Amino acid sequence: MSLKTESKPSFTPIAQETFLDKKVVYDTKDLNLWYGDTHALKDINLSIYEKEVTAIIGPSGCGKSTYIKTLNRMVELVPTVRTTGTITYNGMSILDKKFRVEDLRTRVGMVFQKPNPFPKSIYDNVAYGPKIHGIRNKKILDEIVEKSLRGASIWDEVKDRLKENAYGLSGGQQQRLCIARCLAIEPDVILMDEPTSALDPKSTLRIEELVQELKKDYSIIIVTHNMQQAARISDRTAFFLNGEVIEFDQTDNIFTKPADSRTEDYISGRFG
Amino acid sequence: MKYIDQEQVQNKMSSRLIKNNILKTLFALATMFGIVVLVILIVRVLTQGLAWIDMDFITGKLSTNADRAGIMGAILGTLWLMAVVIPVTLVLGVATAIYLELYAPKGKLQAIIQTNIANLAGVPSIVYGLLGLTVFVRAMEFGNVVLAGGLTLSLLVLPIVIVAAQEAIRAVPQHLSEASFGMGATKWQTVKNIVLPAALPGILTGAILALSRAIGETAPLTVIGIPALLIPFPEGIFDSFTVMPMQIYYWTIDSVLVEEYAYLAAATIIVLLLMLFILNSIAVIIRNKFQRRY
Ligand SMILES: Nc1ncnc2c1ncn2[C@@H]1O[C@H](COP(=O)(O)OP(=O)(O)OP(=O)(O)O)[C@@H](O)[C@H]1O
Ligand SMILES: [Mg+2]
Repeated sequence: MSLKTESKPSFTPIAQETFLDKKVVYDTKDLNLWYGDTHALKDINLSIYEKEVTAIIGPSGCGKSTYIKTLNRMVELVPTVRTTGTITYNGMSILDKKFRVEDLRTRVGMVFQKPNPFPKSIYDNVAYGPKIHGIRNKKILDEIVEKSLRGASIWDEVKDRLKENAYGLSGGQQQRLCIARCLAIEPDVILMDEPTSALDPKSTLRIEELVQELKKDYSIIIVTHNMQQAARISDRTAFFLNGEVIEFDQTDNIFTKPADSRTEDYISGRFG
Repeated sequence: MKYIDQEQVQNKMSSRLIKNNILKTLFALATMFGIVVLVILIVRVLTQGLAWIDMDFITGKLSTNADRAGIMGAILGTLWLMAVVIPVTLVLGVATAIYLELYAPKGKLQAIIQTNIANLAGVPSIVYGLLGLTVFVRAMEFGNVVLAGGLTLSLLVLPIVIVAAQEAIRAVPQHLSEASFGMGATKWQTVKNIVLPAALPGILTGAILALSRAIGETAPLTVIGIPALLIPFPEGIFDSFTVMPMQIYYWTIDSVLVEEYAYLAAATIIVLLLMLFILNSIAVIIRNKFQRRY
């Protein structure tokens, strides 16, 4: 018997994983966030693990978007925002005013609720990220574009129309293009804020499959209103309510034996 | 029980409909008034001036002899003026708009600047003339040359360009710049690659409209002292010049002395209107051609 298996019983399942296998990418400690006087996030403590899918669920207005936008500091685009507490990303304290958001955002990609391609060609959409980070070589750009489009499993659909405007694509294709655009900056983490809420069931399924594929290489944090989706694709789930994390556990546990009655109420559709 | 009594509603309906029709007629008349005045104006100008327009009039030099007078000098003056106004207003206007919309911290200071710009747009043009006279003609010793006139008119229309550019920038959907920021682009990269290309049609449209305002102005140029004399054609921005509206002004005043001058003024108005019409058409074409859906 190895030391690892021997020590198993003394750990709770979560702790065992934390200490022995998984690396923490994002560690949130006592995070509070205000929009002006609105206290949107309250004492958030949350760890995001590497190469997992972490789902964030909760009723409308509970702070899900606010939280994931804090992870790449996009939330600061709202001028009234104020935060306390710390978030470390791979050990770096990212809420520090001295920490450069541009650095953070080149390693943490984001996919938005509504597909938001640029009014440019499919190629230029994907090449945008590499270009702004200084890659000019056409060959390399071609390679990144193809790799990213393949990664977002949309290559076959668009490979003959790379020069066409991205607005000619369907909503589902546009969203996968946005995922490709995000992969092109070669991030470690992908933040997704309800990426399928504007899509039909078939496109939704494709994105879900894609997420499963992507988690081999990326850590993914996904906000969703769709409980089945969270159950299907995530490894861990955080339940938010009124700006607080009510429960954070492995997805199986959240959906089969939630520790908090409010979680149970929510996942069984009793409110929200 | 229902609150709306159907019978009562129907009784009152016909009087409501009459009221509606009366107002419709009034609104139509109000619209007609403007159109009729405009048509009369154009017809009058055309009947007076059209006969006087020919190649010699367009390419000719200014002359006291009405039969030999041409407006090439004024046309060139207007073109040189545009050569100053366009770059100055575009650079200053767009830079200001970018700063106010995207960089300036949203707060008191920004609100004050914003209000001031709005107020500046309402300052009478003759006041800008005084400013131009004091600053460009005298303090900076340019004299009454194209550069001084151009800078004065640039200041005059700058608020229009700023506001138009701000609106165009604001109309660029936020989710586009968010996508760019989300990939680690700096503000400038986002402005250059995403915001400005999308806002460009709106900015250009505003700039052209401002320009057509500028080339129709007379008052500020009278103040900075544009010569009504027979001067050589301007060949650069440091030359003395006159412009079409000034020419119209002087010929109209002097038409008490020489009757034909009134016709020359009308002919010049036609050329000026044509130029404004072309400018406005360009603005419309730009707007339609580049109008994007997001
Ligand atoms: N820009 C803002 N200014 C002020 N308050 C805001 C702003 N954005 C969000 N809020 C407030 O913060 C709280 C959390 O909002 P958030 O958008 O994070 O909720 P959410 O969980 O993503 O909701 P949804 O499921 O509807 O997307 C809400 O009370 C909301 O009203
Ligand atoms: Mg949200």
